[in-house]
Amino acid sequence: MTGTTDSGAAGSIAIELRDIVKRFPGVVANDGVNLTVHTGTIHAIVGENGAGKSTLMKTLYGAHLPDEGTVTVNGAVQHFKSPRDAIAAGIGMVFQHFQLADNLTVWENIVLGDEPGSWWKLGSKQARTRIRELGERYGLEIDPEALVGDLGVGQKQRVEILKVLYRGAKIIILDEPTAVLVPQEVDELFNSLAELTTGGATAIFISHKLDEVLEHADAITVIRAGKTVGEVADPSTVTTHDLAEMMIGSELPSPETRESTVTTDVALEVRDLTVVADGIERLHDVSLTIHRGEVVGIAGVEGNGQTELVEAVMGLEHVANGTILLFGDDITNASTGARRHLGIGYVPEDRQKDGMIKEFSLWENAALGHQWQEPYGDGRWIDKDGALQQTEAIIRDFDVRTPGSDVPALTLSGGNQQKLIVGREMMAKPKVLVASHPTRGIDVGAQAAIWDVIRDARRAGLGVLLISADLEELIGLSDTLLVMFDGRINAQLDPADVTPAVLGQYMTGAAGAVANGANRG
Amino acid sequence: MAEAAETSTLDRLASRFGANVIAPVLAGVIAIAVSAITLYIGGYNAIDAFTEIGKVLWRFDSVILITNRGAWYYVAGVAVAIGFKMGLFNIGADGQYRLAALFAAYFGAKMSLPKVIHIPIVLVIAIAVGAAWAAIPGILKVTRGVNEVISTIMLNYVATGLTAYLLGNYFRTESDNLIAATKAMPTSARIPNLDGILEAVGLEVPNSVQLQGYLILAILVGIGYYVLLFRSRFGFDLRATGLNPAAARSSGISPKRMVLVTIILSGAIAGLIGMGALLSDPQHFKYSDQFPLSLGFTGLSLALLGRNHPVGIALAAVVWAGIERGTQPLTQKGFPQEIGRIMQGAFLLTAVIVFEVMQRRAAREQVRQAAMKAHLPAEGAPA
Repeated sequence: MTGTTDSGAAGSIAIELRDIVKRFPGVVANDGVNLTVHTGTIHAIVGENGAGKSTLMKTLYGAHLPDEGTVTVNGAVQHFKSPRDAIAAGIGMVFQHFQLADNLTVWENIVLGDEPGSWWKLGSKQARTRIRELGERYGLEIDPEALVGDLGVGQKQRVEILKVLYRGAKIIILDEPTAVLVPQEVDELFNSLAELTTGGATAIFISHKLDEVLEHADAITVIRAGKTVGEVADPSTVTTHDLAEMMIGSELPSPETRESTVTTDVALEVRDLTVVADGIERLHDVSLTIHRGEVVGIAGVEGNGQTELVEAVMGLEHVANGTILLFGDDITNASTGARRHLGIGYVPEDRQKDGMIKEFSLWENAALGHQWQEPYGDGRWIDKDGALQQTEAIIRDFDVRTPGSDVPALTLSGGNQQKLIVGREMMAKPKVLVASHPTRGIDVGAQAAIWDVIRDARRAGLGVLLISADLEELIGLSDTLLVMFDGRINAQLDPADVTPAVLGQYMTGAAGAVANGANRG
Repeated sequence: MAEAAETSTLDRLASRFGANVIAPVLAGVIAIAVSAITLYIGGYNAIDAFTEIGKVLWRFDSVILITNRGAWYYVAGVAVAIGFKMGLFNIGADGQYRLAALFAAYFGAKMSLPKVIHIPIVLVIAIAVGAAWAAIPGILKVTRGVNEVISTIMLNYVATGLTAYLLGNYFRTESDNLIAATKAMPTSARIPNLDGILEAVGLEVPNSVQLQGYLILAILVGIGYYVLLFRSRFGFDLRATGLNPAAARSSGISPKRMVLVTIILSGAIAGLIGMGALLSDPQHFKYSDQFPLSLGFTGLSLALLGRNHPVGIALAAVVWAGIERGTQPLTQKGFPQEIGRIMQGAFLLTAVIVFEVMQRRAAREQVRQAAMKAHLPAEGAPA
């Protein structure tokens, strides 16, 4: 092994992981992972969701200790007991979900929590100067005085990166950094990362977007089922196809929907829907129609009214104006329970907050939202045996990896939790499915399974309202594609001839004839 | 191999016996230690005191007295626990049971009916009054967003005033001028005692005591609570709402309806708390100034101590009544009577803390075990 302590020298090894094993209930998240990252490179870690990438990153960041194996940073073996230890060793993490205070300025967010005692004495001026310096040096220019709440997603991410740089990190881990970005912002991010690595830092990023991995990474490590299955030193020697095969061990599934099954029967109709929350108009005169056998996809940068649309359709958000019709019946004022009774299935966007009860066992979570109907009970009593059988079926059909139906849901990984939720909704044979990010955070195999289920149900006449940040999924599954921007429907596009890049332009509002009610009537 | 794979003895103990066993035992030891130290600081001989307590508890009449009192406490604990289970704090059980007992005593004593109808009717009156009184904070919360903790506490004061006023001016019997009391319940409304059952199995009941028939009612309440909570749809909705209101709402459960129904149910059961004294205790059989007080507050402690579980509350009620019974004769021996309170308080606090700690350790061990189990087949035969 390398004995060098010269972390700055190009070609030296910044991080070396050997035979990392980390177990969780029912799953061995990491089962012998090896990773070698050279100093001054952009290193990509790819793998299906659930392959163990996040677990590995947490090990590296000190969020937990591995059960077996060694972590070597710049030649020294490390036992990170907390993220603090990792930061001390020069490792910083940029999380997928930003941890910033909107009501503070950029520089306040950056220094927040970092030895306030000393910088109070130093004053804010020094902090701002240092942030400007860091920004200029690494191509992450940003006004330290700007209010974080006013920044866009890409800029917020810069603040997160500056935060770890400010703490002296030389090795930066980014967990799916491009998941929240539109295509234009992705390029800016990688430009910054390139500048960082030129300056001697090391960047590790997790992704499953193979195109961007091939384009931007200097080296790639592929993980499958908790094991390192491939190490690519020169990305120009491989194709996305090769990577995909390494990732899943077979051909990459496609969400593409072949033949149209759209009928003329209207399943769900939303007319002139306006939602006002906290005095702000979140949804403005939104109209859309979903026919039986049709998937209507909603694209949009998060926070442009998709959440409110879904919650209004589910009866979870008060409707200020407008009408919601289910098979012609007005359900605008019906309760959430009544809507579920009438056959609307619901996959909420935040599974742990809205989709499940983590202390409940798997079978109880399977019953949630369906507890009044067979096979979970008769409305008065809960039928545990029936529920257990149904849960076993969900576990089998949707490949939920769990030690049993009786364990609390909190022992499952996020992907397995999501499979359980999608499984229970589809098993109930809904007439209309409202799905918010139904395949977010689950592995490619299960994603393909869910796509198949949605396609099959669609053929049988299911109407689907699909919200997703996965543009491939949206384009592939949808029969009709709507773009939401600033609480309105900004455009209606034909999924057959739209690319993610074009979609991105509409999503940022850069393009798009504002077409209120531009929906087919 | 690595540190993470090692587990402490405490973790393994927690996993094997469960926090449910270790927490109360540990809490008991600490409670005894705390009260012993208190006695010592006060200049008393702690060993003498505990010998005395042991002697009292060893007697058969103590077992009966503890059971009688424990049954009252149990119903109080369940009444409060139903609300707790949904994150609803019914601090008003105290006012609910006193008001319910007063109405049940007054109207019950007025009637002349056969036993099979008389007892149920009195119970129904108590349930109805308890439920109605609890409905007030429920409606306030659902319609106006009034915090039920505040409103139920305030309504306890209102109940105190109201019972005193009604008893003093309308409900008191003319035959007793010394104390304000309702007419004694007629024999047909009294729940028969269970001494016959004890004697049938060869146990001799001391003359000074009797096993109150109210025990049967308490057991029925416990079974009902268990079935409701773990077998019924309503119980499912209730537990779901208590653990994750957002997910419960998304699943179609109406939070407002749950709040209203649950607090009314809690009040209905609270209405039964006073029935032990009113229908089953020869010392009372009527509502008076001497009617047992603060049972609703005891219920709060017991729900907490028993983790809102039907069996846990029962054990807590026995411990609570046991400490009271054991420390009762201490004053005659020159010991301070507060020692019982100190033991109860120490027990409650330590049990809650220890339970929390043990549960986390047990969970950690379970996670580890599950991970090991899942790992072994993948590796084949262990080395």
